[in-house]
Amino acid sequence: MSFPWAKQYTPTTEFGQWMDKQLPLPRFIYNSVGAGYPAPRNLNYMWNFGSLAGLFLVVQIVTGVILAMHYAANANIAFDSVEHIMRDVNSGWMIRYAHANGASFFFIAIYLHIGRGLFYGSYKAPREMLWLLGVVIYLLAMATAFMGYVLPWGQMSFWGAKVITGLFEAIPLVGKPIQELLLGGFAPDNAALNRFFSLHYLLPFVIVGVVIMHIWALHIPGSNNPTGVDVKGPQDTVPFHPYYTAKDGWTIGLALIFFTALMFFLPNALGHADNYIPANPLSTPAHIVPEWYFWPWYAILRAFTFDFLFIPAKLLGVLAMFSAILVWFFLPWLDKSPVRSGSFRPKFKIFFVILVIDVLVLGYCGGAPAEEPFVMISQLAAAYYFAHFLIILPLLSSLEKPEPLPNSITESVTGKPLKTAS
Amino acid sequence: MATVETADTAVAEEGGVRRRDFINIAAVSFAGAGAVATVIPLVNQMNPSADVLALSSIEVDISAIESGQSIKTSWRKQPIFIRNLTEKEIAEANAVQISELRDPQTLAERTTAGKENWLITLGVCTHLGCVPLGAAQGEIKGEYGGYFCPCHGSHYDTAARIRKGPAPKNLEVPEHEFLSDTVVKIG
Repeated sequence: MSFPWAKQYTPTTEFGQWMDKQLPLPRFIYNSVGAGYPAPRNLNYMWNFGSLAGLFLVVQIVTGVILAMHYAANANIAFDSVEHIMRDVNSGWMIRYAHANGASFFFIAIYLHIGRGLFYGSYKAPREMLWLLGVVIYLLAMATAFMGYVLPWGQMSFWGAKVITGLFEAIPLVGKPIQELLLGGFAPDNAALNRFFSLHYLLPFVIVGVVIMHIWALHIPGSNNPTGVDVKGPQDTVPFHPYYTAKDGWTIGLALIFFTALMFFLPNALGHADNYIPANPLSTPAHIVPEWYFWPWYAILRAFTFDFLFIPAKLLGVLAMFSAILVWFFLPWLDKSPVRSGSFRPKFKIFFVILVIDVLVLGYCGGAPAEEPFVMISQLAAAYYFAHFLIILPLLSSLEKPEPLPNSITESVTGKPLKTAS
Repeated sequence: MATVETADTAVAEEGGVRRRDFINIAAVSFAGAGAVATVIPLVNQMNPSADVLALSSIEVDISAIESGQSIKTSWRKQPIFIRNLTEKEIAEANAVQISELRDPQTLAERTTAGKENWLITLGVCTHLGCVPLGAAQGEIKGEYGGYFCPCHGSHYDTAARIRKGPAPKNLEVPEHEFLSDTVVKIG
């Protein structure tokens, strides 16, 4: 697809030739993740998290389809049906813990994948569409994870649903009707639970569809690389298979070790004990927080404790929270620096590290109780977060003097100027 | 990259197996075994769960069933027929030539010794699983005075053995045990 020197698929068996004429699926696989896709030879381990996110998406779909065989989306019995899965269904406890922790691993992979894109400028031309599709996947994953967390119908499920749909109430004039429309009632109940279940089952397949487009968009320019320098010739690439299939396979093995360790030995470490209490519409848990992967955005939501002009604090928080992610859609046009890789941008490098720390601080505050000093820290960190994207990046583009780039990927790998192509 | 390949090829040409071949086979086999091990619980979850298996035996009070009467009850969500055979029905069942039967069994083999009048069978036709008629009062008992399946016309005799129609087997006798003269445990 991408480079003229890509290996060509040539079926050797008679069946392979017959298949290639009728449905060239093996050719498609060969060209997307086989020897027919030349990838830069210098990809580092940060390039392994795309395949890991894909792995955990598959884990979630497989375990989720199985859980749906035993789960009952009815407010009266949903909680009990989850306990039925935990106690009665053969290996049900394992499958549910795999699903609950698989969500966390999916987000770990996706956050590192996004961080890689941010540092190495993978969102810059000619990969803007690739980046935009990635942001869409992330938004879909957030919606899916949120609705999935409601399904066990414990205290955190119920109050999470109440709080998140309450965000829509902040919209002026039509807020209340929209919230009632989303819930199918005045508070989360059977109607909400059923539609969340329906959508929680649907959205992962929508994600798969967008992932396919994401990979399609990747294969047109080909992968970015740690130098950010374009591929110039065959000496700069290696075939995806066996080089990166083997490398991805190795980190898949590693990830599964960490995943099973958490799943078998600390299955509830990332959850909340309150969610093992059946939903009670008359009593809110003392300390209500979302799952860890939403904490930074939750901190931004809670940072707005003051009205601004005519906008009430509640609406401000909601707008800020959504804007924090929507700003990523504009990133390719906010960062105008022609140098992709952060490795050659001395000032960007520093601000990138500050941004990572800032998001970690936001995450910590999002998981902490809504009291001082966390509110004030959240406010400062939220302000910095937006400043990074809206002020620092555009300014850096023109003020920063990047370091000299290597002439080619091969030169950066071998440390020698390129003489002959071998 | 080119040099590495050359070195490996040289070893292979000497007739040996490359280290990489071994690593490749070992890694893929390990992953394959892991995948198979993972599939086992993912499939096994479809087997009956603990709460379903907990219903696997029931105790039935049969003291109220008079001679010639039968009741329907439910075991593992399937109908069970418990029939108190009359002397005449027992005689009819014993009069049949075993060799003429499609699924040869005597009444004695299908009942508990000393309690030959208690015929306990699944109410599930062995053809395609319908519930045969004949257990409730007023229902058609078929040409042989036992049970009759209305779906495809299988006739069972007074020992619930298949006599006519498409069913291949006699009505199944579940494992059962008399706890006393009036209580039977099924399953």
